[in-house]
Amino acid sequence: MPTLAATTNENALQSAAAPSRRAFLEACTIAGGGLLLHAMFPPLARAAATPPSTAPRGGSVLNAFVRITPDGTVTILSKNPEIGQGIKTALPMVIAEELDVDWKQVRIEQAPVDQAKFGRQFAGGSMATPLNYEPLRRVGAAGRAMLVAAAAQEWKVAPTECRTEAGVVFHNGSNRFLKYGALASRAAALPVPDLQQVTLKDPKDFRIIGRPIPGVDNPKIVTGQKLFGIDVAVPGMLYAVFQKSPVFGGTVALANTDALKKLPGVRDAFIVEPSDVYRRGDAQGVAGGVAIVAKSWWAASKARNQLQVTWNEGPVAAQSSAGFAQEALRLSQQTPQSWLRRDGDVPGTLQGAAQVVDAEYSYPFLSHIDLEPQNCTAHVQNGKAELWAPTQNPEPGAQLVAATLGIPRSAVTVHMTRIGGGFGRRLRNDFMAEAAWISRQVGAPVKLLWNRQDDMQHDFYRPAGFHFLKGGLDKSGSLVALHDHFVTFGQRGRIADSAAMDANEFPALLVPHLQYGQSLIELGVPTGPMRAPRSNALAFVFQSFIDELAHQAGQDPVAFRLALLGKPQVLTNSSGKPNALRDFSTGRMRDVLVRVAEMSGWSQRGSLPPRSGQGVAFYFSHFGYFAEVVEATVAPSGDVKLDHVWIAADVGSQIINPSGAINQAQGAALDGLGSALGQAITIDRGRVGQANFDTVKPLRMMQAPPVEVVFLTTPYQPTGLGEPALPPVIPALCNAIFAATGKRVRSLPIDTQMLKA
Amino acid sequence: MVYAIRINGIRHTFDADGDTPLLWVLRDELDLKGSKFGCGAGLCGACTVHLNGSPIRSCLMPVAAVGNAEVSTIEGMAAHPIGRKLQETWMELDVPQCGYCQAGQIMTATALLSKTPHPTDSEIDAAMSGNICRCCTYTRIRAAVKKAALMHTAEAK
Repeated sequence: MPTLAATTNENALQSAAAPSRRAFLEACTIAGGGLLLHAMFPPLARAAATPPSTAPRGGSVLNAFVRITPDGTVTILSKNPEIGQGIKTALPMVIAEELDVDWKQVRIEQAPVDQAKFGRQFAGGSMATPLNYEPLRRVGAAGRAMLVAAAAQEWKVAPTECRTEAGVVFHNGSNRFLKYGALASRAAALPVPDLQQVTLKDPKDFRIIGRPIPGVDNPKIVTGQKLFGIDVAVPGMLYAVFQKSPVFGGTVALANTDALKKLPGVRDAFIVEPSDVYRRGDAQGVAGGVAIVAKSWWAASKARNQLQVTWNEGPVAAQSSAGFAQEALRLSQQTPQSWLRRDGDVPGTLQGAAQVVDAEYSYPFLSHIDLEPQNCTAHVQNGKAELWAPTQNPEPGAQLVAATLGIPRSAVTVHMTRIGGGFGRRLRNDFMAEAAWISRQVGAPVKLLWNRQDDMQHDFYRPAGFHFLKGGLDKSGSLVALHDHFVTFGQRGRIADSAAMDANEFPALLVPHLQYGQSLIELGVPTGPMRAPRSNALAFVFQSFIDELAHQAGQDPVAFRLALLGKPQVLTNSSGKPNALRDFSTGRMRDVLVRVAEMSGWSQRGSLPPRSGQGVAFYFSHFGYFAEVVEATVAPSGDVKLDHVWIAADVGSQIINPSGAINQAQGAALDGLGSALGQAITIDRGRVGQANFDTVKPLRMMQAPPVEVVFLTTPYQPTGLGEPALPPVIPALCNAIFAATGKRVRSLPIDTQMLKA
Repeated sequence: MVYAIRINGIRHTFDADGDTPLLWVLRDELDLKGSKFGCGAGLCGACTVHLNGSPIRSCLMPVAAVGNAEVSTIEGMAAHPIGRKLQETWMELDVPQCGYCQAGQIMTATALLSKTPHPTDSEIDAAMSGNICRCCTYTRIRAAVKKAALMHTAEAK
């Protein structure tokens, strides 16, 4: 779960899951005589205090608009940012299904940023499906009920005598029918049903949910129309570049801004001091640097080539990746600074174990490398700010801008654009603060656009980490003791963003003697959530180490894992409070593991040619159960060829959009393979050592293997798909490499030199 | 300096420094925003356009070097017999995730099929591997290129 803090998401989740919440709809007639359905689930207290005829203030979990015009066009607002996860298609599908319209009638609009109306609007944590699936079904169903009631009134019959189909209400007892477009105006004047009382469809009657539906923006994407943040243009707009201190936390001592101002096309150049927000320790604030504003982005970029700066680098200049590794090793030889859990007697059991496996694992910092570099267009004037931002988290972005400029939140308007890749990077809104700051300084609308180097060197990185593991096997080859000393990062004494490990990290609760210790290294580099935060690293460590243990025990890696999972049971999450989504079901994991073994021909893997192998791994994250097998061949040169990937997944009872779902699972798996094979951010003297795609390598087509995906249909609540397919693919690859070469990958990215024949 | 170049069959006149990359002329002078900025170094392919039918990286192409060459961009592909087919198969197979790279992908694929109407898998991989899709929609890109090639074959018969 990325984003702010787990607690924020949990609160939202609990609110959405509470079925007894009083809910109501508001309907009103819009200009043009359509139906505006305005659905809300405000928290109880606010609901009680707010008459249904007025909009409640704040705190609502959900709100959605449906607009029907007389010609039968149904406009559905999509509440969340679209980063490629397909939400702009999937959530409106849910409303359209229960509204019972023909998908061809539907037009999608991006909703404005208004959390009081729409509930939380963010793209993170694979949360959109679990948070919105049922509430949005109810929104659609309530709209349908109003249209039915309108038709029944018109015909003077009971609503129960009516049925709907694809945007038409029929009267069962006669040949009469009325289209939604003709009913919308009358329906809008009717009382609004209680969302909790509306009748939902039987899923077997679904016509839209569960059908593969192409992305609603595809026609614009393939013809190159304006959609993304970088495409925004407003009248009178200037273009800005912003050179921040290459060392995190550094400031400008001297810069040749006077000379820059004289360069062609340049309108202004000035030193930016760190904003108060930044000084308070939030790296989303405006960092120290030099801004150059010009009539075109190219003119600003050219002027930047002439920029001469002397930096006050500050204390972070003493930090480096090599230093972190040394410090981790030193800490590993000491007692952990804290314990996440200590079950049984680990030291004693290890001492008496038949076999002990000892291993050190590590993984690097990673950059999100969104293909659309960070950018934002801002216009600050008369104490108000208007921004067009490709942000995954618009409301906190608006609050950040307000805090940065010292203006009220109500003076900030944010327009969401389509987003050229998020992966968690745009949950942090530093680019919004910078654009607003620069716009205010020059008194004009400004488009701030980072170049690739800016983007790679000023990220909120996936934290690196180090694990010092010991596993003890008994005579029968069962895992009886596990020790991990996790050396991770802290900032100002607290664990760094997205650098934590859960106390219940698998296989906790399934191994009688188990302890997870933790020590922190102080870090001046900003960190943050990246696609399947924490899980994207921890899956590699634990599912690789479990593979080592399986081989040490002389057991089939699938059989060893099944034995470890044991009998089907539900393990309560680390909060101790049962939660159907967060608790870990060993039975569900067993099922996907067995399935992926069947899909991949696991039992026949012995017939693979030399230096080819299959590896397996599973992981539970973002409420989804994923087991994956990778087949890979390692060339004598050490180069790794990805031959095939199989994914078996359980994300509950219903896939909303199978086309998008498969795309997400395939993309996430390939994304993970790309990071394992070619990506690391290294810190040297407090700055990032990489600047472009020559040194940080996303997967390319010639590397991409076929990826087969199967979703098991289970009786559980539907959950999200942006992230959970990623974590297990990395250890599955590393385990395949072991099967092919006998060499164990314990550090990422994969060092192909080590794999030479 | 004033330049005149032909883009998608239309002559455009504009004032720019000769070293301005074609990408920024397209995007910010001529408001053709389909070609995307990704790396500024010819590494990602998001800015791919055609110069006389061949794919080039517009982020590295100084506008002064375009001369009399015919420039084609994603905005012109609906009028290109192969480009249009690729746009159709891209939609049919629901290729995009975020969609940011897809204009460049379609431009590269159009150039490939124009030159090699029946590419093998490895020819597709070789031609397309200069275009990064950060969402990794490669499985579907490959399928959409193949499907468009088959449609082309069927029509030629």
